[in-house]
Amino acid sequence: MTSLPQPIEGAKKLGLVIDLDTCVGCHACAVNCKEWNTGGHSAPLPDYDKYGADPDGVWFNRIHSYEATGKDDGCGGRTVNFPRSCLHCETPQCVTVCPTGASYKRAEDGIVLVNTDICIGCKLCSWACPYGAREFDEDAGVMKKCTLCIDRIYNTSLPEAEREPACVATCPSRARHFGDLGDPSSDVSKLVAARGGVDLMPELGYNPVNKYLPPRRAMIPTRATETPVRSGTGLGAALLTLVDRVLSR
Amino acid sequence: MTPASSVLLLTTLTGFGYGLLAWLGLFCALGLLPHALWFLPVGVMIALAFASGGLLASTLHLGRPERAWRAFSQWRSSWLSREGVASVLTYPPALGFAALWYFAGAGAPATRALGLLAAFMALATVYCTAMIYASLKPIRQWHNRHTAPDYLIFAALSGATLLAALTGIWTGHARLTGALAALAALVAAVAKLGYWRFIDRQAPLTTLASATGLAAFGSVTPLDQPHFTENYILREMGYQIARKHAAKLRRIALVVAFGLPGLFALLAAIGIAPMIAAPLAAICTGAGLFIERWLFFAEATHVAAIYYGRAV
Repeated sequence: MTSLPQPIEGAKKLGLVIDLDTCVGCHACAVNCKEWNTGGHSAPLPDYDKYGADPDGVWFNRIHSYEATGKDDGCGGRTVNFPRSCLHCETPQCVTVCPTGASYKRAEDGIVLVNTDICIGCKLCSWACPYGAREFDEDAGVMKKCTLCIDRIYNTSLPEAEREPACVATCPSRARHFGDLGDPSSDVSKLVAARGGVDLMPELGYNPVNKYLPPRRAMIPTRATETPVRSGTGLGAALLTLVDRVLSR
Repeated sequence: MTPASSVLLLTTLTGFGYGLLAWLGLFCALGLLPHALWFLPVGVMIALAFASGGLLASTLHLGRPERAWRAFSQWRSSWLSREGVASVLTYPPALGFAALWYFAGAGAPATRALGLLAAFMALATVYCTAMIYASLKPIRQWHNRHTAPDYLIFAALSGATLLAALTGIWTGHARLTGALAALAALVAAVAKLGYWRFIDRQAPLTTLASATGLAAFGSVTPLDQPHFTENYILREMGYQIARKHAAKLRRIALVVAFGLPGLFALLAAIGIAPMIAAPLAAICTGAGLFIERWLFFAEATHVAAIYYGRAV
């Protein structure tokens, strides 16, 4: 059913919290995601023109880099690495537009999935997603997307500590956190509250579950740029200016 | 949005088919159609051929066309599913309408009633098609109050030119249908100009700062791309058309889709070679609306492209 499930009282809202302060932009999440998922629930994740001039393929994570300038804290601008993936929205239009019931949101934990066995590959869900999270499998003719590693997080054959999404497990700077964002007492919810986590494009009304933690403000005030001081006129001052110039080189 | 020829064919051809069916139903109810035994059955067949051609073309857009039947299931939430259901539900009244015309007569109340039902279903199908686009929140050029009425107006124009061509060829004159097509061309031109004026003045749906959650840090510009080559998102939703090309194509669409058909339809209406002028109006409308529909896609921007620094 592509109608959204009725919210269940106390149901989990599983999702990710991504820390833009500590993300170093290494793409490890994207690589480990690709590695796991090409053998997982939505396998395979195809690659096209692999060794050619225009390699391309299906990836569930895309890591952008941006520069934020303007209202900064003294350093003039900052580089922000930005991993982009499915946000498992609470009101996802990608689900409701699906004509077949292939695209669905699970009532019990809020994960948005595609049933690739009945997907007709009309691509409308990818048009309905403002975050560009869905990528079409040209080989199989069906849509693919992040599964929140549904085959890891509930996988009882994995040690309990490893039952988290591949992107979270691999992140070397612990910039990705996984948990229940529907439970205000969960670690991820507390992290979001403490760090002022935000929604992406809240004005579009998709109510994403995943949250992004904005970069921290610099705690050490930056020193003002030094300006040369001219003391008086005459030979002495001219000499000092000369010394200043030589030393400034 | 990248214009896919299968979807352009779907929307233009179904516009012709369902537009013609709608006018046939309405004209029959008003008793304005030529009372020839085969006129309506042939008209309905032409209408259904156009509509079916468009629907078949749309399956070429699917990655798994053999599963297309599954698209009838989610009519509760999906406009695409509703379009499929409505298109199928249009066949029985349309075929019944043609049969009753033949067997019960053009003036029989049942014929007129079924004609109106077929007309309603035809318009409902066009409306569902339009709503597929109008419901997509990430695309500001589609998600607005122009899209649904425009699709209905363009279907009315397509159908009117086809009806004028049919009456022109069948009866040798197209006074009423030609005048109707000319009027439809005028209305359609005004609607399209209004749409272009609207999308040219629209504000972007979002900013990169909001899309990245960095609004508190000032303005945001892309630094490094996640990948060097185009991916699915950019190929499908990052389509960019040069402003000067768009301006030229808009003028061409305006002349070919509305200007020339209006002129030819007017000639047919006043009795100057209606057997040639009316079909020419229909042909021009088809070519022009194909360009118009191409622009409808090419000029549409998707907010996801903002992550790659593209204009939305």
